[in-house]
Amino acid sequence: MSKKINLTLKIWRQKNAQSKGHFEIYKAEAIDTDMSFLEMLDVVNENLTKEGKDPIAFDHDCREGICGMCGAVVNGQPHGPVRGTTLCQLHMRHFENNQTIVIEPWRSRGFPVIKDLAVDRSAFDRIIASGGYISVKTGSAPEASTLAVAKDKSESAFDAAACIGCGACVAACPNASAMLFVAAKVSHLALLPQGQIEKKDRVKNMVQQMDTEGFGNCSNEYECEAACPKEISVSTIARMNREHLSAKIK
Amino acid sequence: MIDSKIPSGLLKDKWTRHKSSIKLINPANKRKYSVIIVGTGLAGGSAAASLAELGYNVKVFCLQDSPRRAHSIAAQGGINAAKNYPNDGDSIQRLFYDTIKGGDFRAREANVYRLAEVSNNIIDQCVAQGVPFAREYSGYLENRSFGGAQVSRTFYARGQTGQQLLLGAYSALMKEVHKKTVELHPRCEMLDLVVINGQTRGIIVRNLINGKIESHSADAVILATGGYGNIFYLSTNAKACNVTSIWRAHKKGAFFANPCFTQIHPTCIPSHGDYQSKLTLMSESLRNDGRVWVPKNKGDKRRPSDIPADERDYFLERKYPAFGNLVPRDIASRAAKEQCDGAKGVGSTGLAVYLDFADSINRLGKDTIKARYGNLFDMYQKIMDTDPYREPMMIYPAAHYTMGGLWVDYNLMSNLPGLFVLGEANFSDHGANRLGASALMQGLADGYFIIPYTLGHYLAGANLEKIQSDHTEFKIAEEQTKNRINQLLAIKGKRTVDDFHRQLGKLLWDKCGMARNERGLKEALEQISVIRDEFWRNVTVTGSEGDFNQTLERAGRVADFLEFANLIVRDALDRRESCGGHFREEFQTPEGEAKRDDQNFCHVSAWEFNGVGKTPQLHKEPLIFENVELVQRNYK
Repeated sequence: MSKKINLTLKIWRQKNAQSKGHFEIYKAEAIDTDMSFLEMLDVVNENLTKEGKDPIAFDHDCREGICGMCGAVVNGQPHGPVRGTTLCQLHMRHFENNQTIVIEPWRSRGFPVIKDLAVDRSAFDRIIASGGYISVKTGSAPEASTLAVAKDKSESAFDAAACIGCGACVAACPNASAMLFVAAKVSHLALLPQGQIEKKDRVKNMVQQMDTEGFGNCSNEYECEAACPKEISVSTIARMNREHLSAKIK
Repeated sequence: MIDSKIPSGLLKDKWTRHKSSIKLINPANKRKYSVIIVGTGLAGGSAAASLAELGYNVKVFCLQDSPRRAHSIAAQGGINAAKNYPNDGDSIQRLFYDTIKGGDFRAREANVYRLAEVSNNIIDQCVAQGVPFAREYSGYLENRSFGGAQVSRTFYARGQTGQQLLLGAYSALMKEVHKKTVELHPRCEMLDLVVINGQTRGIIVRNLINGKIESHSADAVILATGGYGNIFYLSTNAKACNVTSIWRAHKKGAFFANPCFTQIHPTCIPSHGDYQSKLTLMSESLRNDGRVWVPKNKGDKRRPSDIPADERDYFLERKYPAFGNLVPRDIASRAAKEQCDGAKGVGSTGLAVYLDFADSINRLGKDTIKARYGNLFDMYQKIMDTDPYREPMMIYPAAHYTMGGLWVDYNLMSNLPGLFVLGEANFSDHGANRLGASALMQGLADGYFIIPYTLGHYLAGANLEKIQSDHTEFKIAEEQTKNRINQLLAIKGKRTVDDFHRQLGKLLWDKCGMARNERGLKEALEQISVIRDEFWRNVTVTGSEGDFNQTLERAGRVADFLEFANLIVRDALDRRESCGGHFREEFQTPEGEAKRDDQNFCHVSAWEFNGVGKTPQLHKEPLIFENVELVQRNYK
């Protein structure tokens, strides 16, 4: 059953990429536990707006956990305390009355802050642009039924392809590594017969771009997997390393 | 006069003949042409990739931080195609007929036939891109069934088909970004269209990070900016979905077609409270295995499991035995509303019906149901905090998709030369009701397989002057855009943008939602003006124009919804018949089904802008049916 709770929020405020940020404290009162985390922030923002104050900027869009637009570090955990859940699908029933909640943006050199909790994740787009695709032109595809794909392979490819590109893996990693993100795309395509032809260049180019963007390396902390709202496995990183090694050898 | 430019000849030959007779631009000359695409969902993303592959210079704009986030990503259930892999009698003709009939005979035959024709190419293209569609143990593609069809023609990728298809289109787009054939502008919102000497030559955008107003010129503009379902405030759309780009184009002369054709989806998670910010869809595919019911007795407050079978009313199966739980969306939604209006609704608000999987779990086992719908069940549990494997889901209809949109001809060009409109943003293929798994099909058909042909045809025949973005018309449009922003910031009133948006949304939901009548619509027209006037006197928009200012973004969109609302209601008032999602209470059969008036309303209503709050000019495009017989839709 839903109930009402009172919360103290400690939220990172930063005017833009150039200025220094700081924490500010807000009270959120009579919050219905059936609310989503973002709906709770909506309520805080409505109140700030009515007081003529600048509301807290945060990215969000679908609010169904699939677009990957939302995300913040909640009490030290990207997307908050519930496993396999984006911030928009986190509900207030997971918090206690009178709890203090610390809310921060993703923190990584690869993701500069735009304002408050909103960050610039265009590095991910550049990584995909460097090779995260099969270069088939429109119109040149063969009849779909000419290609059989083993169900288990297809399912594993899907598990990796489920990545929503939110960046929680980077935010969770002590090295701010983007390995899970890159490995998910590499694995998705490397597992499918369609992805074989370009697989060597793909993994080399994507890893190179990842390094250029300033993301760190993997030191097997597994924090990324724990933070991933789509529960993408670190085994994809092992697969990427294998693919990368074999691409480098030849 | 409006000319749909439908090619002559037999229905099945029209597209083939048209493709082989339209003008071409030679490969080396394509790079001399520039194209602007606004929106990066299935339609915009696939168009951008395909046009760049052909050699055009493409500029792409989206308001999200990445093109991968467009709301196509949230489509769950699947995509239709007439492959007939299950050997159950499907064909292009049947997909065409189901779509025309599903749309209650208010779409163009030629467009819909073409859609069915290219549907198969889409599946081929997506498989080649690496979209992980569901497969059988043999390794071959699997299909399932969807509403409004008696064959299994829906291809799917778990409950995330839209995501996987969009990532396919996005990756194709990023491949072109890498080759520098596409210039990408994320976090940019289109705020005006620029028309010079009768030709569409560019757009005005606001850079959402620093607030800068910029002009971009091109030889043609393609809008693929999605639907306007968020006018209802609560809808299954993403929060940023809006009418702004197509509304601004409408104000510059583009006709708006059938705005009152809005789709209310039957299976959404019901609203909780006043703070509710959006509604979440539960895929139509669930109706394959879920049975919809309410208690037979009014106000029965027992737990669903305590209500014996003979005290349950499986109302869809009872009313529509042939299609059962898989009737089209408009029919399922109205049937649920009818039960709730009759005090049979369940849940704390009485605005919900059950979607029950108990029989399927008994028959197939929990594991099978989990494999089919696991992510949807998880999402339901997260939001509702109850376990749908043990208790039936509660669902209620919600605004989901808009069949109406900018008017386009057979080439997907609006009445403004050089302005093309793709996907949900146009009106073209779904008539008065869209069938499930057809939106993905249309978005990708438009982007991958139609615009690459028809854009070249226009450019080759257009006499295009050299125009740069420093042309006076751009300067004027920039000034107007800045003025409007400053006006919004200067009001400094007492009510928030969301507060106005909620008020407008509730008004439209009540008066122009699942059921409409003349009195209610007239009241709505009056109230819309009142809300709009108050908005411009009393809204509060914090921050400045030169910032990352999400309140300002929303204010601009709500201001446009407040203007556009007039048009939806006027269109609903004008169409004195019921068809598909447009249900006028005055026009129904004795059984309470939609009663069309083919004598007087077998046309597309294309509206021309005449000023804010002024009566728009109606242009009628007659719908001519040569290949199907107009019948009362029957799903019994």
